[in-house]
Amino acid sequence: MKNKKPKIIIMSGYGLNCEEETKFAFDSLGGKADIIHINDLIAKPKMLSEYQVLVFPGGFSYGDDTGSGKAYANKFKNHLAKELEEFLSRDTLAIGICNGFQIMTNLGILPGALAHNKNGQYIDRWVDLEIKNKKSPWLKGITKISLPIAHGEGKYTTSKEGYKNLQKNNQIAFKYTKGEICKFQNLEYNPNGAKYDIAGVLAYNGRVLGMMPHPERAMFSHQSPLWYMNKKVSKEGKGLQIFKNAVKYFSARGGSAFGGN
Amino acid sequence: MISRIYIAPKKVSTKADSYLIDSKLSKKELIKLAEMLTNPTLEDYFINESPKINNYQCAIEIGFLPGVTDNVGHTVKEIATDLLHLKKDFNFNVYTSKIFFIKEKEIEKVREYSLTLYNPLIERANIVPIKSNKINLPNEIPKVILKKKKPVISVSLDVEDAELIEIGEKGIKNEDGSRRGPLALDLSSMKVIKEYFSKLKRNPTDIELESLAQTWSEHCKHTIFANPIDDIKDGLYKTYIKGATNLIRKQKGKDDFCVSVFSDNAGGIIFDKNYLITHKVETHNSPSALDPFGGAVTGIGGVNRDIIGFGLGSKPVVNAYGFCFGEPNDKRPLFRDKGKTQKMLSPKRIMDGVIKGINVGGNCSGIPTLSGFVKYDDRYRGKPLVFAGTIGLIPRNLPADGGKKRPSHEKKAQAGDYVVMVGGRVGLDGIHGATFSSVRIDSTSPATAVQIGDPITQKKLSDAIIKEARNMNLYNSITDDGAGGLSSSVAEMARECGGVKIYLDKVPLKYPGLSPWEIWISESQERMTLSVPKNKWKIFYNLMKSRGVEATVIGEFTNSGKVVISYQGKKIMNLDMEFLHNGLPKHHLITEPYKITTPAPLLHKDGNKNSTKTLENLLAQNNISGFNFISQQYDHEVQSSSVLKPTTGAGLINTDAQVFRPVLNSNKGVVLSTGVYPSYGDISTYHMASCALDTAIRNSIACGGTLKELAILDNFCWCSSNDPKRLGQLVDAVKACYDYSIGYGTPFISGKDSMFNDFKGYDEKGNEVAISIPPTLLISAISVMPDLYKTVSPEFKNNGDVIYLLGETNDELGGGEYFKMLGAVGNSVPKVNLEKNIKTYLATEKAIQKELLASSISVNSGGLGIALAKACVGGNIGCNISVSNIGCLTADAKLFSESQGRILVSVAPKNVKVFEKIMKDIYYVKLGKVTTAGRFIITDTKNSGHRVSTIKVVETTVKKLTAIYHKFSNSQK
Repeated sequence: MKNKKPKIIIMSGYGLNCEEETKFAFDSLGGKADIIHINDLIAKPKMLSEYQVLVFPGGFSYGDDTGSGKAYANKFKNHLAKELEEFLSRDTLAIGICNGFQIMTNLGILPGALAHNKNGQYIDRWVDLEIKNKKSPWLKGITKISLPIAHGEGKYTTSKEGYKNLQKNNQIAFKYTKGEICKFQNLEYNPNGAKYDIAGVLAYNGRVLGMMPHPERAMFSHQSPLWYMNKKVSKEGKGLQIFKNAVKYFSARGGSAFGGN
Repeated sequence: MISRIYIAPKKVSTKADSYLIDSKLSKKELIKLAEMLTNPTLEDYFINESPKINNYQCAIEIGFLPGVTDNVGHTVKEIATDLLHLKKDFNFNVYTSKIFFIKEKEIEKVREYSLTLYNPLIERANIVPIKSNKINLPNEIPKVILKKKKPVISVSLDVEDAELIEIGEKGIKNEDGSRRGPLALDLSSMKVIKEYFSKLKRNPTDIELESLAQTWSEHCKHTIFANPIDDIKDGLYKTYIKGATNLIRKQKGKDDFCVSVFSDNAGGIIFDKNYLITHKVETHNSPSALDPFGGAVTGIGGVNRDIIGFGLGSKPVVNAYGFCFGEPNDKRPLFRDKGKTQKMLSPKRIMDGVIKGINVGGNCSGIPTLSGFVKYDDRYRGKPLVFAGTIGLIPRNLPADGGKKRPSHEKKAQAGDYVVMVGGRVGLDGIHGATFSSVRIDSTSPATAVQIGDPITQKKLSDAIIKEARNMNLYNSITDDGAGGLSSSVAEMARECGGVKIYLDKVPLKYPGLSPWEIWISESQERMTLSVPKNKWKIFYNLMKSRGVEATVIGEFTNSGKVVISYQGKKIMNLDMEFLHNGLPKHHLITEPYKITTPAPLLHKDGNKNSTKTLENLLAQNNISGFNFISQQYDHEVQSSSVLKPTTGAGLINTDAQVFRPVLNSNKGVVLSTGVYPSYGDISTYHMASCALDTAIRNSIACGGTLKELAILDNFCWCSSNDPKRLGQLVDAVKACYDYSIGYGTPFISGKDSMFNDFKGYDEKGNEVAISIPPTLLISAISVMPDLYKTVSPEFKNNGDVIYLLGETNDELGGGEYFKMLGAVGNSVPKVNLEKNIKTYLATEKAIQKELLASSISVNSGGLGIALAKACVGGNIGCNISVSNIGCLTADAKLFSESQGRILVSVAPKNVKVFEKIMKDIYYVKLGKVTTAGRFIITDTKNSGHRVSTIKVVETTVKKLTAIYHKFSNSQK
């Protein structure tokens, strides 16, 4: 019997802006992704129970006014708190990328907070990441990866206590590290000054991932700054693995985690 | 009731945020709101009490002036309404400000410092002392309160010519005797208007005059390009720009890729069988001079709307920018008035503000800012140039009723359709923007011409239109509310069906009290006008509402041949479409011959001097060195389309052309590039134009663009265009555009001009100063490449690769960066050799097609020496080359001549044979090799008597060059 495609809900509206390329990534790997405006979900909150993967994509929701991710998270919480709780109680996956990560920390489903970059400026460049959690469904088979970042508020912040908890619970997904991109372009490895070099964190047993770098912007080999040094490589970009893992998490089990039942 | 919420960082900080809440909220509600505004991990909130401030003496509060868009305030209002379940008409307003804590005690010094933090044209500052670790700020809200005035007045034109001139120049007289601001109508236009109304046996109303002024403005009608000039009776635009395109399209026959040119908000060409690519470049110079941040945000937002307003709505996929600034270290003050109360912002302030504006405008909209350039010249300090461009993508066919398809580039408002305004509301912002940009900057320049952008309102609007309403076939036509506001957009669309009637009291306002004429011409941002069939209005309205976008019916399209406006039940405007659009009298423009002589610098006659220091100094010039400090703060990866980025290689050099992937499941790429040489215009505007065109094309070809599918756009930024000599220079430049676009077969698809970039004011001593920009022509090129995986980047790659210079080098140092560094201009300006260059470019295309090039960089400003240095810095790899075979030239000319048509490439040894075969019919020189040792070596041969010896002309290290290349950029971070 053919496996059912996992259904992915990608949130949109109010200035989120990476929904289309994120959908492209999931769809190209055998997922079935829908872009849903937050107001449409508020109008039909039950809809959330039809999905296995929830995505808060990157963007500039509410223009970062009052702090990145805050306003969108508030709106979500105001109307969809119950549905979100129900969604996370199932065997589902969720990911927040960049602004989506900021939204998730403001929703309180991921620990910590994202503050202004240490130089006070927006930064667009590539970074190298070291994977700290090998068990999360999102991170299977990845040990290191290079991805682009583009943010003004990406400095992950947590207390000493918070960090201890993250370590104890195996909640650190990625750390910035000096890898091939930093060596190639002679770049600082932790550009935003993130505490403990943290670039992404996990919760709910590794099912919920928040990350500042953009895996959907590393879908094609030509996007890597290293591509021009050697173009004879697969056309597929490294960032796809993260989406592939999510699709596989469900399809490998023949849709047994199908929602709601 | 007014309450104040402070949000302060938990850690010691130099600043805090403040929200003044004008509403009747309970304590509980205020706490709920404050909690929502606080990130508990990072911040604390304080309601109606000061946070504790240790170790500071003074606080400066920076807030907006009344009526200036407060985006954060709007967001807070929106989320508070949602959070507290407030009714829609609940009286609730939020005014935000930032508070900076200062160690300085002396109020005067603090006041002086505060001027570096805010722009008095749009912001206000409150300075208070910090007492016992607390501040006490007055709860003053910047609410707009407008004086009650007569909504409509009639203006008698039965007056002396002197008064007609006065009305045209300074505006309609208010009841109190003050003037309303420039109509920019000259006497002959005023007389035509007078005659029109005398035939109607009535006086015009103020709104009719204002409306005519908008429609007839230089900004909207492009009179200088449209009017006859000398013996060119159809004018420059029709004869040379459109004329060239028409001819090229005819010559291309079935290979013509133009679909919609010069007829819409942007130009559209074929991308593939499913999509069109659209492109438009705008300028936003005058607003950026007064409020650099707001000017730049609205510049990019405006050109985004031009793309959204192309056909039935094109999706913005890339932003581009171009900046011309004064020297950032220039501290000489300029004033707009003799009394020195209106200080112009310094070039550095303008630069920082503009850069930030494009950052916010582009980043917040989810449109990658991929392409850009920056130029510095002393003469841009009175008025900077800010180019903002957007590329769009639109399916060639869109769903129509009954399961049919309709061509996406065609639109037509139908009589009976509703006139619908969507997006932002209307305020006093941007009144007289269009007429203001048609004159020079001086002390009478209106501050209301300044607008602030609200990218998120626009993003919501854009998404709702482009991603939903368009594909649901909910409207017949759409256009942008840009210059001239509704007066322009509605009157333009009315041409599609032949008339319109508007009920002006239906237009949603930001605050009460606006006069009808103000509502009609206001340039408040983030608005578009659509024509929606009556039977689709309900669906359209509900869709917009669910996307948080305001949509309002403000009238109906007709076929009456008239533009009719009612206000409070009275008809206040009734103009014939014919007169409104075609009544503007023609002026016959006359040019005068001009002569320019510019001495060349004294150079060493000996062609063999050591040029190491010269090359290093030239690389350090801010017109040549890198500007990663700009590129890095613009998101160029969003939409996941980057192929050749703003910076490339190990050494992060700025690219001269960029490539992106607009359709993710297609391997076709789009190449963007520009050419701009203001300094060549100091010698010849003809060659300035031909070189700009050649450079834009060459930059594109060098990385993979194709001549066959390459289109160009023109942006003329001129000065003193009422001076016949300046017009003479203009005609020369336009003629070059004609000659070379036809020569290359590259059609113009869109363009824009800005003809009065002059500043008139006073210096520090109160002496009069007039500064005009150098005539500046920006050529932007857009090309479709068949396989983006064949893109070639400019930096050298591998040890042993062979370096070639394609194209001829001549002694053409005039107007170039090397002479500029020596403080001279010279006469030997570069000239374009069409025939030779076409051959070079076609051969390059072929070499790229066959994947023979390891690197390819266009030789531009600074010549071969600089191209080599950049290729080495980019690859973090050395080179060892000889210039002895370049020709009989001085070492200076060999290294720094800016001869056009040249591309510097490197080729892997295994490909050399095939490569040389492809190049056999073009002029090329084999220069040497890429070397891993980090040395940068250029040699030449010297003939002394009968002995030929090799000498080193340049010897330095890549490490040193890298440091020099990034020095200026790093200093601006």
